[in-house]
Amino acid sequence: MDMPRPDPIVLSRKSELVARLLTVLPQDAVIEDEMETRAYECDALTAYKCPPLLAVLPRSTAEVSDVLRICYDMNVPVVPRGSGTSLAGGALPTADCVILGVARMNDVLETDYTNRVIRVQSGRTNLSVSGAVAEEDFFYAPDPSSQLACAIAGNIAMNSGGAHCLKYGVTTNNLLGVTMVMMDGEIVEIGGAHLDSGGLDLLGIICGSEGQLGVVTEATLRILHKPEGARPVLVGFDSNEVAGACVSDIIQAGVLPVAIEFMDRRVTEVVENYAHAGYPLCEAVLIIEVEGSEAEIDAQLALIREIAERHNPIEFREAKDADEASRIWLGRKSAFGAMGQINDYMCLDGTIPVSSLPMVLRRIGELSKESGLEVGNVFHAGDGNMHPLILFDANKDGDLELCEAMGAEILKLCVEAGGCLTGEHGVGIEKRDLMGYQYKPADLDAQMAVKDIFDPKWLLNPAKVFPLDVSDAKRSAQIAAE
Amino acid sequence: MEPTSEAELADLISSAKAPLCIRGGGTRLLGPIEGEVLETSGLQGISLYESGALTMVAGAGTTLDEIGAALKAENQRLAFEPPDLRDVLGTTGASTIGGVAASNASGSRRISVGACRDFMLGVRFVDGAGIVAKNGGRVMKNVTGYDLVKLMSGAFGTLGVLSEVSLKVMPKVEMQLCLRIEGLNAKQAVAAMSAALGSPFEVSGAAQALDGAVVLRLEGFDASVRYRADKLTQVLAGFGTVEMLDDQAQCDTLWRDIRDARGFTGSTGDLWRVSVKPSDAPELIDTLGAHAVLLDWGGGLMWVDMPKRADLRARMSVPGHATLMRSDDKGFEQVARFHPEAAPLAKISAELRARFDPKGILNPGLMGDVA
Repeated sequence: MDMPRPDPIVLSRKSELVARLLTVLPQDAVIEDEMETRAYECDALTAYKCPPLLAVLPRSTAEVSDVLRICYDMNVPVVPRGSGTSLAGGALPTADCVILGVARMNDVLETDYTNRVIRVQSGRTNLSVSGAVAEEDFFYAPDPSSQLACAIAGNIAMNSGGAHCLKYGVTTNNLLGVTMVMMDGEIVEIGGAHLDSGGLDLLGIICGSEGQLGVVTEATLRILHKPEGARPVLVGFDSNEVAGACVSDIIQAGVLPVAIEFMDRRVTEVVENYAHAGYPLCEAVLIIEVEGSEAEIDAQLALIREIAERHNPIEFREAKDADEASRIWLGRKSAFGAMGQINDYMCLDGTIPVSSLPMVLRRIGELSKESGLEVGNVFHAGDGNMHPLILFDANKDGDLELCEAMGAEILKLCVEAGGCLTGEHGVGIEKRDLMGYQYKPADLDAQMAVKDIFDPKWLLNPAKVFPLDVSDAKRSAQIAAE
Repeated sequence: MEPTSEAELADLISSAKAPLCIRGGGTRLLGPIEGEVLETSGLQGISLYESGALTMVAGAGTTLDEIGAALKAENQRLAFEPPDLRDVLGTTGASTIGGVAASNASGSRRISVGACRDFMLGVRFVDGAGIVAKNGGRVMKNVTGYDLVKLMSGAFGTLGVLSEVSLKVMPKVEMQLCLRIEGLNAKQAVAAMSAALGSPFEVSGAAQALDGAVVLRLEGFDASVRYRADKLTQVLAGFGTVEMLDDQAQCDTLWRDIRDARGFTGSTGDLWRVSVKPSDAPELIDTLGAHAVLLDWGGGLMWVDMPKRADLRARMSVPGHATLMRSDDKGFEQVARFHPEAAPLAKISAELRARFDPKGILNPGLMGDVA
C-alpha cells in the first residue's frame, strides 16, 4: 500500500512542534518517544504499520482546538484516532503526522430521558454509552462488533453499523449533534437535541467522512428504551440460495426482525470447533432475532417459522430460555475470533442488493477456487452487508498480495451487482484505490469539493478515502499556494 | 423549462446564465423564488422496484401518486410519510419524489423511523455548472465515500438539481390504533408524549392536535398493537382518561391532518415550522404570542400560526430552528425563510453553495448567502 512521502520540512521541525504543543498541553499529553509512538502505528488493519511523528492525547475541546491550530499553522498532517479499531486503516498514521487521540475524552456530559438524548465526549466507547443509561433501561442502538472497545468518535467518522441496524439504523440515523473542531482550530456546533435543523445537512456530511472534515469532540446521540424482551432463532439450510430467498421473503412479509445474520458452512465449521455452540453443520445458518413482549415475540416467530418452512430448512431452533439464546448468538459473535484462530484473514465489507445474494456467493466460491485462497462468509443478511473473510498466510511470500487482489475482485463484483465497496467499515486506505470502480471522476470531484471547503490544506487524515495520487496532489498544491 | 432527460437537464443548466427557480411539482414552495422556472416533472418514471430488497429507484419528477400506487400493489409504503402541503400552503399540482427529497419532507413518523433523508439511499444530480454526479447507490448500508445524499436532501435544489432518487421503502403495517387524551396544557402534553416515547411500546406518532388533544399512534400486527395499547394506557393513566380509537379510516384522517398541518388551511397568519428540543416547546409557546400551535414529534416539531409579519425568531427564548413556511410576498421579503445559521456554519454553507453552484443560479436567495 503506497503512502505519501513524508514532508521533510515537517520532519525537520519536530522539536519546534513539540515545544509549541507543550505550551498548550500538559507533559503527559504529548507523546514523542519512539517506543511509545509505536503504540499508534496501526489500527485493526494490522497488515499496515507506520509510527507517527507524535501522538497527542488532549482532554478537552479547547485542547483539541489548540493542537489543531498549531498543526494548521505548521502544515502538519493530523490523523484523528478513536480507539483504533478500524478494519479499513482509517487511523493509520503517516510518518509526518500527529496522531490526535480522543481516548481521554470519555465523559458523559448530559443524560436527558425526557428528550431521549445523551451528550458525551467522543472518546467514550460505544458500549459505555449504553452503560451510562442502562439504569433507566435505555440504550444507544448502533452496535458494531467492536462495541466494547470502539469510540463514538470513530463510529461517527465511519458511520458505523452493527447487527441490529436492520431495525434501528446506523450511526447517522442516531446522531443528533456534534461539537467539532475544524482543522484551523475553530470550534463549531452542529445540530443539537432537536431533530432537524433548517439549512444544509452538515451533520449528515460529517458523519461518515472518516475524520477528514474535522475532529468531533462531543456528540449528542439518540437513546431509546430497551424492548421488553428479545429472542433469536437459528435456521439451517442446505443451500445458500434457499437461505437468501428465505431472508427476502421474511423482509417482504413485513416482519421487521432486529437482526438477520448469515454464516456459511466454512464459518460454521470453524466456529463450532472453537465455541461449541451446537450449530448444525449445513450450507447456511441464519440467526434471526425479534423483539417485544413474550406474546409479540411468539407471534413474530410463528410467522418467521411459517415462511422458513416453505423453504424446507434442515433445522429451526428457537431459544427456549436465556441460556439457549446466548448459545445461538455465541457462535455468531465468536465468528471473527474463531476464524483468526485458524488463519490470518482479511475481512471485506461490500454491500449488495439482497436479491443478488445467491449469485454473489456463487461467484465468490468460484473466485476462491481460482485463487486457491479459502473464503468464509458471515454477514448481515437483512441489509445485504457482506463480510467475506479471505484466509491467507501472512508469513508466506505473496499471499497478502494474492489475498488483496482477490478482495478487490470481490468488491468489484459487489459494485457490479448494484452494491458498494463498503457497508459499514469505511474506505480508509484499504479501499481508496478502488473508489474509481464505484464512482466516476465527477462523482469523486463532488465529494472532494466538500473536503476542499472543510479542510483546504488537506491536512486531516491524509491518504485515506480518495485515490492517493489525487489526494496527494491536492495537499501539495494547497500548501504550495500559500 | 421542462427537460425530459438528465442530459437535457445538464445542458440547460450548463448554458443558463440567469437564475433558475427549481421546481418539482411546485407543491412545497416557500414563497416566491426569482428566475425562470425549471421543472423536473419530465424526469419521469420508476426505473427499479425490488420489493424483496425494499428498494425503489425513480426519476426525480416521478409523482408521489405514481410511487404510492406502485408501493400499494406490493403492500409497501414510504415510512417517512411525506406531508402533502398543498392545502395549507395553497399550492396546486402533483408532488414529486425529487421535491420530497430536496426538501427532506418528513411526517409524523420522523420520531420513530427517521426523516426522509434517513430513507434516501442514493441520488443523481446536476450541479450548478451542469455537471452530472451521483452519490450513494441502492443498497441499505453504504459508507463508500462522503454522504452527499444527506447533503442534497434538504438542500432545496441549491447545490444541484436532483435527477434521480433511490429510496428505502418499508412494508405496510397490518393495523394501527390511536390513543387520545383530552384537556392537557402544552406542558402536560409534552410530558405525556415523552412518557409514551420513553416507553418500550414503540409509539410511531405523538402529537398535540389543534383541539388540544394528545394523540399517540401504535402500528404493527394486531395482537402486538393491542397489547402495547393496553400497556401504554397504564403508563399514561396519570395524565387523564385515555380513549382508544381503532377505526382505521378515522385514525388515517387524524394523522393525515396532523402530518399535513391541515388545521391551518386558510388561516390568515404567517405559518412557521419550528424544530426544538421537545421539553422546550411549552416555554416557547408561552413567549410567542401565536394564534395557534400544533405540536408533532412529541413536541419537537411546532407548527405555529403567527400574527402577520411578527418575526417568530426574535421571540425565541430557547435554541431551535424556525422556517417560515407561508406568508405573503412582502413577508417573505422581510424575513429569511430559513433560520440564520451561526457564523462558522453559515460560512461553510455559503462556500458549499458557491462551489456546487458557481454561477449562483440555483434557487438564489432561498437559503442564505453564497460565498
